[in-house]
Amino acid sequence: MTAGQVVLILTLAVPAAGAVAVPLLPDRVARITGTGAAGLTLLASVLLYAGRGGTSLEPAAPVRPWHSVRGDWAPGLDLQFHIGVDGISYPLVVLTALLTLLCCGYLLGRPDGSRMLVALLLAAEVGIVGTFLALDLVLFFVFFEVVLLPMYAMIAIWGGPGRRAAARKFVLYTLLGSVLLLVGVFVVVAAAGTADIVALTGGGQLGRGTQLLGFTFFALAFAVKAPLWPLHTWLPDAHTEAPTVGSVILAGVLLKLGTYGLIRIGVGVTPEGAAWAATVLGTLAVAAIVVGALVCLAQTELKRLIAYSSVGHMGFVLLGIATGSAAGIQAALIGNIAHGVITGLLFFLAGAIKDRTGTGELAALGGLRETAPGLAGILGFAAIASLGLPGLAGFWGEVFAVVAAIQRGSPGWTVLGVVAAVGAALTAGYFLRLLRRVTHGPPAAVPVAPAGLARIELVAWAPLVGLTLVIGLLPVLVLGMAYGPVEALAVGVGG
Amino acid sequence: MLLPAVPFGAALAGLLLPPLRARAAAAVLGIAGAAAALLLACGLLVALDQPSEQSRQLVRFGHLAVDFGVRVDSAALLVAVAVGVVALAVQVYSVSYLDGDEGYPAYAAQVSLFTAAMLLVVVAGDLIVLLVGWEVMGICSYLLIAHDRRLPEAPGAAVKAFLVTRVGDVGFWLGVILLGVHTGSFRIADVLAAVTGGELSTATLTAAGLLLLAGVAGKSAQFPLHTWLPDAMAGPTPISALIHAATMVAAGVYVVFRLYPVFSYGDGVLPVLAVVAAVTMLLGALAATAADDIKRVLAWSTVSQLAYMVGALAVGATAAALFHLLTHAAFKALLFLAAGAVIHAVGSNLMSAMGGLRRPMPVTFWSMTIGLGALVGVPPLAGFWSKDAILHSASGGAGWAAGLVFAAGLATVVVTAWYATRLWLRTFFGLSRSEATAHDPPPLMAWPVVALAVPSGLLGFVALSDGFVDRLSTPVPADWTGAAARPDALPAQPVLADQALVHAGGFVLLPLAAAAVGIAAAWLVWQRDPATDPARALGRLRPVFEREFYLDGFQDVLVVRPVRALARAVRRADESVVDGTVEGTGRGTVSLGGLVARAHRAALPRAVVAVLAGALLAGLAATLGAAL
Repeated sequence: MTAGQVVLILTLAVPAAGAVAVPLLPDRVARITGTGAAGLTLLASVLLYAGRGGTSLEPAAPVRPWHSVRGDWAPGLDLQFHIGVDGISYPLVVLTALLTLLCCGYLLGRPDGSRMLVALLLAAEVGIVGTFLALDLVLFFVFFEVVLLPMYAMIAIWGGPGRRAAARKFVLYTLLGSVLLLVGVFVVVAAAGTADIVALTGGGQLGRGTQLLGFTFFALAFAVKAPLWPLHTWLPDAHTEAPTVGSVILAGVLLKLGTYGLIRIGVGVTPEGAAWAATVLGTLAVAAIVVGALVCLAQTELKRLIAYSSVGHMGFVLLGIATGSAAGIQAALIGNIAHGVITGLLFFLAGAIKDRTGTGELAALGGLRETAPGLAGILGFAAIASLGLPGLAGFWGEVFAVVAAIQRGSPGWTVLGVVAAVGAALTAGYFLRLLRRVTHGPPAAVPVAPAGLARIELVAWAPLVGLTLVIGLLPVLVLGMAYGPVEALAVGVGG
Repeated sequence: MLLPAVPFGAALAGLLLPPLRARAAAAVLGIAGAAAALLLACGLLVALDQPSEQSRQLVRFGHLAVDFGVRVDSAALLVAVAVGVVALAVQVYSVSYLDGDEGYPAYAAQVSLFTAAMLLVVVAGDLIVLLVGWEVMGICSYLLIAHDRRLPEAPGAAVKAFLVTRVGDVGFWLGVILLGVHTGSFRIADVLAAVTGGELSTATLTAAGLLLLAGVAGKSAQFPLHTWLPDAMAGPTPISALIHAATMVAAGVYVVFRLYPVFSYGDGVLPVLAVVAAVTMLLGALAATAADDIKRVLAWSTVSQLAYMVGALAVGATAAALFHLLTHAAFKALLFLAAGAVIHAVGSNLMSAMGGLRRPMPVTFWSMTIGLGALVGVPPLAGFWSKDAILHSASGGAGWAAGLVFAAGLATVVVTAWYATRLWLRTFFGLSRSEATAHDPPPLMAWPVVALAVPSGLLGFVALSDGFVDRLSTPVPADWTGAAARPDALPAQPVLADQALVHAGGFVLLPLAAAAVGIAAAWLVWQRDPATDPARALGRLRPVFEREFYLDGFQDVLVVRPVRALARAVRRADESVVDGTVEGTGRGTVSLGGLVARAHRAALPRAVVAVLAGALLAGLAATLGAAL
């Protein structure tokens, strides 16, 4: 077993062990242990970068993991435990590990009693990282499901006043998606005789009919998760009711399961299906951008507004994927990471504002730059990043999704690109409206206490602020390692 | 490559400062950043004899590469020097102007960032890099306009500034993308080579040109996207100087200059530019005649003067356009900073609260006089030369577009002279209308004003020197590295061959006479009753001008309200229809489950009957199945 394989297994084993250990320990110790486990996971995930092989394009093997581990899981059922990491999954794995660590660290500074929340975070991390690493369809499905329960518990136990209904809606809606995913997996596995994603990528072993059918199921399943308009309505409720760390994980990485799945499995395993459905997917993505932006423009609650902004941002990601071209998929990858970093930060801030003022109603807030200048400054930065200011992380994904759409050349795609660009202007509109309501104007009647930033908050937010700037200036950090794999995928779609 | 990096570094360091509340450090950083950028630009201007280009690949999307590329030539450097001068003046001035303002450290850092973004636009060698600078400027203007927390209208004005320019920027984005997709590169040199080499269809070029024009109109405050600029007055006065003189509004004109072939090779783009310029020119000048707020008068004059530059570009007089950009940068920065001194002294923006300030504020008075003279075009002040060059080029141009620009330009000279004289008389002459005892500003505010008076007065003579025109010339594609120019591929020969900035001859008398008419008219009206506003002479037009042609109202009714209504409707639809379906499915399932459950909760007799009936059915089925 090579060092790389050991590290690969550690990225799953450490949080799993943490999730088991944390509930057994007393509260304070448990939270420190959990944070330590999350830290080690982040270290392990970063180390995956070392010793990666060449990333050059080789038609024989479209998926060339840097490190992979394969073992029999249930030999009787011909199930394999096959995980690996490459340039597409690596940034997402690191993002997951980072956000989990920041959430655990953030909980260190909270009142006692949140150790179960730490355990659930680690459990969710196992599922999310596992999904990104899985190279076997059935294993992918299993990890995809593992995420659901901890997230359900997080919302249903630690959430806001409407938590029960929101959690139930979240779990039932996404379970529906999971069922479709399972059907899709069976369709593909039955036709191809293998569940190995490496072997299946490129779609060579599947007939056209199977690919179209398989993609339909995959696309529906991932569209619920991503979410794609009009399958998005679980998201605002879940995000709004979830506790701060839950919202951060939901928006930051959970949504990426959908887009990642669409890239890795939808485009990878059933490329003909992806090419066939491109127009529909693209149209819905653009609809999501515009509808998301318009709803935000009329939104009156802080967390709900940020939640709906996710619908719009994921619309840009999905538009990139829909084009099926190398440029579009790259835009989707960087859009994923940027959205995770920026929206994660926004939810942290929304949580901090609600904690301090006890309300998220925009009408009741105001004048934050007078009462809490530090918080207002970071909120301003996050909002500006989220509206896609060039030079910050959010820009690249948006502009190159539009580039990819216009590159397709046909009038229909050009219109989609133009409408998406108009949607970007609307995005600016609602974020400025948000800032005007929350930070500008006369101070609101509600007290803001404490006005300053706690050290733990600064520690948890600083990496996100830094990453937003660094990725914005050097997008190659995210995309440099993905050139080869993305081009291999795009070849499959013919884009 | 260092040019934008220096103020950017200062900005970054400055933004990290606020927790320390270190005012002095922030001031030093801001001033040092601007000064270093200025020195660097001057040094390069002296040292550079050939245009040079450097680039490094930033990232690649598919086969489209984005380079961090800079390209400096003498025209870019001249603009960079102007940016540096104004930025430095503004930084120094702000130290005193924002004395006692808690937000100063963040403010100074934002000004540095603003400067860095403008310099990035000036030297960008890649369209995406240009876009980065372009939009960062937008956000800086937003932050700085909203700076003053005592003004209730500031946040709204800031949002308006960003959103109106952003609407134009949608076009700019799409124009850049169109060019990139069709030429396969975002490098400006490659794009221009493809354009002049005839690789792009005229339709594509026209579309790209018009789309870029939307962004230019937004940034350079041209009709119909000019509405944000007068409201942007809510920002601190030094910021107005920065926005109006050297950054932001100049960016639009500069980009047209930089990408000139894209506009000139398209079909019908330049005539559109000419119409926009003519409308904006007069509209801005007329709105300035009735405004009472001294900054608003200056703001409208910016709108109108920018239109001169755009008009010059429309008739192919690119050198004259850039020349006017430089002279305007000098005298408009001077005017705003001097107006700031007046406002500081009087404590009000309104001219109806000023008057008679000539004696208590001699330095400000004389600086302002030079600035206004340059604005009107009084020889030998800077504005005279550049405006004359534009009018002369327009008069010599062929076609209706040139005629339109010329006619509007000449009429605007009259109106400009009128409102400038009105401002001068209302502020500095007559009886004092303010309670406060006015005095000249403290040295840190006075120096920048006096320093800017020098180029406002003398910059025009540069035009007389040899080779200056060549330094301002549009980058001819042939001199772009690696570009194979084929100027004969397209019939258009858009750049005027004769770019000379100075003309001897009787033509000069025409704009001079126009200016004299305007000055005399304003003076005559004022003299009859020095206590009242000469704007009374406008009669029934006055409210129209004062309300700025009601364009804000149109914008509100045509754009803002429909979008808001649409947003509310979409939100309702999303919640009741899309989510309603989901919730309905849930409720439907639950009630269906309830029905089934009720059916199972039958009373004993009925349940027994049902069980027996079921057994009978099953038995029948089994027997039948066996029998068959």
